[in-house]
Amino acid sequence: MGQTVAEKVLANRSGSSGVSAGEYVVCGVDVAMVQDVHAPAVFNRLDERGISELWDPSKVVVVFDHVAPSHGVDDADTKARVRRLLESYGVEHFYDVGTGISHLVLPERGHVRPGEVVIGTDSHTVSHGVFGAAGTGVGDTDMVYALLTGEVWFRVPETIRIHLTGDLPPHVSSKDVVLSLAANYGLDVARYRAIEFTGPVVEDLSIDDRMTLTNMSIELGAKFGFTPVDERVEEYVRCRTDEPFAAVEADPDVDYETVIEHDVTGLEPQVARPHDVDNVVPVSAVEGVDVDQVFVGTCTNGSYDDLAAVAALLSGNEVAPDTRMIVTPATRAIYQRATRDGLIETLTQAGATVTNATCGPCLGLGMGIIGEGETCFAAQNRNYRGRMGSDESEIYLGSPETAAATAISGHIADPREV
Amino acid sequence: MRGRAFVLGDDVNTGYITPAQYVGRPMDEITDHLFEPIRPDLAASIDRGDFVVAGSNFGAGSSRETAPAALHHAGVGAVIAESFARIFYRNCIAVGLHPIRCPAVTDAVADGDVLDVQPERRRIENRTSGETIDCQPLPSALREICAAGGLLAYYEDHPEGIVLENGTGSDRTK
Repeated sequence: MGQTVAEKVLANRSGSSGVSAGEYVVCGVDVAMVQDVHAPAVFNRLDERGISELWDPSKVVVVFDHVAPSHGVDDADTKARVRRLLESYGVEHFYDVGTGISHLVLPERGHVRPGEVVIGTDSHTVSHGVFGAAGTGVGDTDMVYALLTGEVWFRVPETIRIHLTGDLPPHVSSKDVVLSLAANYGLDVARYRAIEFTGPVVEDLSIDDRMTLTNMSIELGAKFGFTPVDERVEEYVRCRTDEPFAAVEADPDVDYETVIEHDVTGLEPQVARPHDVDNVVPVSAVEGVDVDQVFVGTCTNGSYDDLAAVAALLSGNEVAPDTRMIVTPATRAIYQRATRDGLIETLTQAGATVTNATCGPCLGLGMGIIGEGETCFAAQNRNYRGRMGSDESEIYLGSPETAAATAISGHIADPREV
Repeated sequence: MRGRAFVLGDDVNTGYITPAQYVGRPMDEITDHLFEPIRPDLAASIDRGDFVVAGSNFGAGSSRETAPAALHHAGVGAVIAESFARIFYRNCIAVGLHPIRCPAVTDAVADGDVLDVQPERRRIENRTSGETIDCQPLPSALREICAAGGLLAYYEDHPEGIVLENGTGSDRTK
């Protein structure tokens, strides 16, 4: 029987000739990423245990993206201590405040290759499946163990295939697709499983837009989320790394646990209402809901293509009075490219606040916290109660374009009508 | 283990278990705010040896290990849920808190019921109702890690690292 992408990567990295779903394996780790919320616990624990050497510092990547820059003395002191520890452990791949959000920084800086095992202390590490890597989130203890041994245990997951067909309508994006998947199949459709996104819709998406799918695989419960490694992906990776790699693809005769055929023809822009990612309705059902803040950014929607989509709608328009709009490019490199191409000028001219690259607003850690009774429309990944600030606030999720239309109107609006 | 059950619903995420604003604070402070966004009264009621019982997809969301670590710190004996989100599940094992899958548990247990739980058994006893509930204990491949007190304690006893024979403890349950 054919092997899935997950089975092939995990077999290869565990030194086995073949594994199948349900088996437990111990895999070598190719990249171990730690972000600043978890770096203090991870590196302090190593230090407290008297560990002076990591398994392989060259495979460790640390990114300060969550609280960036520090906005309190405690965080500043903590970060200073972690910086000293990173130096003593010889961690050279350290991307300090402002470089960007880890899941976009890693591929941008050539740390991710097809067929690799990437673990990170962040649930959205699943994003790297867009490059054919088995990326997944782990906790601090698993990370400490990996930094000591270079290994991680996995249960080989079953795989579901989500085959996307049809024509994506104008102003409807991969974010709308993934929200419609949550709406139709639920937040645990892929729990303990890998997803392989396939089909003509996926093939036509840019790498940025595919990453929105793999990134939000975790919102469907997934352990890994893969999109196909095609020439575009191989070229992207080849331009950024000298290391060899081999694309992994599923065998044609895989017996998937589930195959979901999802036709996107005629899909309306989708909006997740508070406080669950699968509380999804077409935008027409929530049009007119007043918002205090609009936010576009995060590992889900802070890519160049996302900014370009927002700028295209904001061009010549203005953010509504009584509404504040925050746009956060996901990396400094994206910010620079958006500056060169005039997108930042368009956004600021329209009245948006453009921040440095940070995760902050998405999880209430700064640069866009919302207060009691406030409503935010966010092009991000989660709308849990209290996530962006007050437990008595509300978050609606949607695409960058729906966010732009909403910013212009001051209430939730349909991007097809701007 | 015998303790009281606190019963929660589906999709209780790590942000509800340990809200982000307390992450990084001392553990005693974090445990004072367990479940604050959804059950602000709960943290003060949990005693050592009590159990958290939940519906499906318990521990969804971020990779925050603080969530199981705080439950462990508060003395929670085991978390028993209809299903777990995967990162939370592996974080439980990593910190030595027993995650027990129990597909019908919220139908069979009410808030305050007293349960008898043996993490390696396939049954939980509800002493209040007299009911017996089927459950799926940790696969053998992982039980040793959890029983050792978590992954780092296990590593101290096994400096050669985790040794799993392919297929050992194979687990096809959902």
